[in-house]
Amino acid sequence: MRTPVFIAIQIAIAAALYFSFRAINNDYLFFAGYTVLEFVVLATAWNILGGYCGYVNFGSAGFFALGAYSAIFLYTVGQSVDDLFPESLADVMNLIFPLPLPIIILVGGAVAGLVGLGMGYLTLRLRGVFFAIGTLALAVVLQTFIVNWSFVGGSRGAYVIPPEKIPVFGPYIQFLFVLMLILVIVSLTTARLIERSQLGLGFATIRDDELAAEASGVPTLKLKLIATVVSGALMGMAGAPFPFYIGYVEPGSAFDLSYAVNSIAMPMIGGTTSWLGPLIGALLLGTLQQVITVTISSAANLLIVGMLLIGFVIVAPNGIVGLWQSLAKKWAKA
Amino acid sequence: MAELGEEMGKGMSAPILQVANVGKRFGGFVALEDIMLEVGAGERVGLIGPNGSGKSTLVNCICGTLRNDTGSVTFAGEAMDGLATHRRTRRGLARSFQLPRPFMSMSVAENIRVPLLYTVNARSGSRLAHGELHDRCMELLKLVALDAKAVKLPRDLTQVEMRKLELARAMAAEPKLLIADESMAGLSHSEVEDIVALLIRLNERGVTIIMIEHIMRAVMSFSQRLAVLVSGKKIADGKPDDVIKNKDVVGAYLGQ
Amino acid sequence: MDFDFNLLINAIVAGLLLGGFYAAVTAGISISFGMLDIVNIAHPGFIILGSYIAFLLNSNFGIDPIIASILMLPLFYLLGTFVYQVYYQSFERRGAETLRGLAFFFGLLFVTEVILLLVFGVDYRSVDASYIGSSLRLGAIEFPLRLLIPCLASLAMFICLEIFLSRTFIGRAVMAVSQDPQALQLMAVNPTRIKRIAFGISIATASLAGAFLIIIQPVIPSVGRDYIGRIFAICVLGGLGSLPGTLIAAFLLGVVESLTSVFYGPSWAPAVAFGTLLLTLAVRPSGLLGR
Repeated sequence: MRTPVFIAIQIAIAAALYFSFRAINNDYLFFAGYTVLEFVVLATAWNILGGYCGYVNFGSAGFFALGAYSAIFLYTVGQSVDDLFPESLADVMNLIFPLPLPIIILVGGAVAGLVGLGMGYLTLRLRGVFFAIGTLALAVVLQTFIVNWSFVGGSRGAYVIPPEKIPVFGPYIQFLFVLMLILVIVSLTTARLIERSQLGLGFATIRDDELAAEASGVPTLKLKLIATVVSGALMGMAGAPFPFYIGYVEPGSAFDLSYAVNSIAMPMIGGTTSWLGPLIGALLLGTLQQVITVTISSAANLLIVGMLLIGFVIVAPNGIVGLWQSLAKKWAKA
Repeated sequence: MAELGEEMGKGMSAPILQVANVGKRFGGFVALEDIMLEVGAGERVGLIGPNGSGKSTLVNCICGTLRNDTGSVTFAGEAMDGLATHRRTRRGLARSFQLPRPFMSMSVAENIRVPLLYTVNARSGSRLAHGELHDRCMELLKLVALDAKAVKLPRDLTQVEMRKLELARAMAAEPKLLIADESMAGLSHSEVEDIVALLIRLNERGVTIIMIEHIMRAVMSFSQRLAVLVSGKKIADGKPDDVIKNKDVVGAYLGQ
Repeated sequence: MDFDFNLLINAIVAGLLLGGFYAAVTAGISISFGMLDIVNIAHPGFIILGSYIAFLLNSNFGIDPIIASILMLPLFYLLGTFVYQVYYQSFERRGAETLRGLAFFFGLLFVTEVILLLVFGVDYRSVDASYIGSSLRLGAIEFPLRLLIPCLASLAMFICLEIFLSRTFIGRAVMAVSQDPQALQLMAVNPTRIKRIAFGISIATASLAGAFLIIIQPVIPSVGRDYIGRIFAICVLGGLGSLPGTLIAAFLLGVVESLTSVFYGPSWAPAVAFGTLLLTLAVRPSGLLGR
């Protein structure tokens, strides 16, 4: 299937989803759906570095929060233009700010991507294990900086008040939902393009045997940096609308550990070798979590995710997609 | 390749590989000590020595997989120190691994495609188009009699076939210098002859080859020059017939 | 000025005492990661588990936490060997990539934290012991006993580990397995069995470290995560597989953290460990006394 067709199909499905939710006319669907879509983006982004290259990122929350806090920063600047800038500039700035959310999303992605580049440059020349620990370090260091930065609210947190209604869509949540749908299409298409390209082949060699990859001419450091930047940028983009979705952000919620666990668990349960795995994992696990959180408790929810992760890692290392493939092989033989 | 032919005609003025005073330690253990080795363009050099003598460590240092603590490696007149392995491969320095390291998640053919895409196509002036890539791939597989298994995964290959794949993958990088690290372990008598013939044919096309082997028959029939490594030191380097009579060599290695 | 100097000295002393404790926390990882090459990122989870068990034994039976943790040593050892078996069967034997091993331990860390959360809730728990709250005074320098006792106990544990690794047969086999598994096999010793024992010991240290932790500070399940950074920072800074290196690095980190906390505020403390880690990885990955 050629990429434009793939994109067209996704747009069709997205449109169908959006309009059916609109017809049902229950805002909860949009709120819950946004969360699930957010997970799809995070899981797909994680998998580009984790599943394709074999480099584990424990700090997804860090990249996600970079996006969220870039948004908070830009929003806060927009709110206090007159206080921040001298009169001469203020008029110009008032025309630019408040920035539209799509632009903020791009900025969030750029910031996260740049940080990923920097961190990758520091740690990707070492063993994969040190990169993983480095990502954990990054998330904590970032959180500490944010906590101590009062402009974006510090530990008190920041309020972001989006408009209630927006032209074309009506309730603001629907606008956010559509933006997240677009991000899903962007990430799935990116992942699939990478998979099928020479770049994806290179990623796979890094995952299989980095020394042999180098000996075969694969520039492993460069490719790993590309993967880190793409992965980080996508996560940052997923995080940028978060303040507008939730209204009040404090560092604990933006840097929540569940982002790290979910972005690892979903691809590993769904299957890490293709774009389909994170999608399936995120859809299944995301919906499951919504159900459990509402019916039992959020702690029970995390427990189940954790146990599923351990279970799948031990028993079904190739995830649901892998299980499906081996079943299909068995049926083909029979 | 044409340049190498010219060089050979000139009488091999500059050596293609110069290993000078290379040393490597792991903690307290000295793996290599003051290794000097020169290989002329187009030569067929054999490298032998007991297990643990440092042969693979030397290869790793030459190719950049390990950083040598002392000394320098010069390839085709260019200093290699600090250069990443993939850059050395792209400049024409390729190696096969002693224990085969195929890319397990991809087919045999795709294993060959990697160096074709990432080494051959990365060099300016030699881009292979899609169709040519496929042909080149199958050509290489035929050379090692693996063309019938092109779509198989490495885990479905025998040990011997994996060694052949390993060699083919190194050859796919179109090297000027190929280091073949124990490519023939476990092969039958006729298979060994096939690989030696293959390597000689490759050499006739201008590729310098360093063969690391324990199979003396193969080393003697192949090498124009023979170097011996024992406990991290080079103890002999010269004509094969002379070297095997060297009493140090016999004592340390051949006598076993 | 006199006041600042006093503050400085006490901050350094507190840092050193804390550093001794950090060494105990890291000892287990020094063994599992430094020597066995197993990235047991779940180690802090086991430590917190040790803290809570010490808490239970202390609040229900009045047993001193350190004594309690010593009683629990065999249990933690067995837990360690069990975890190693699962890890070995699922990953090391199949030669699987580090990815799944890391995900496994991460999942383990996470699940441990959530289970403790479900059982004990979010209230801070602490222990009662006669020495908590009082201090030893030497001139102007104060040695809080809740820091001093765990520090001394940690050093004792460290010395025991060092003696074990260098003097006993099994200990030396553990050192050997990290450097040359083939040599072990030639001596007819099963490397897997040695690794299992070593891993069991590494988890056993968590029992002691957990008790030390809950003496020093009240705990909630998420405290474990604060220690991931410290543990790996110390491990890397000290040089993998070097117990003396771990000790030095632990003291260093303790002092730097303490000084940062006193002079710049405690909210910067978490960044110190991880910042140190990133710096070390960037500048000198083999650490101070690396192998």
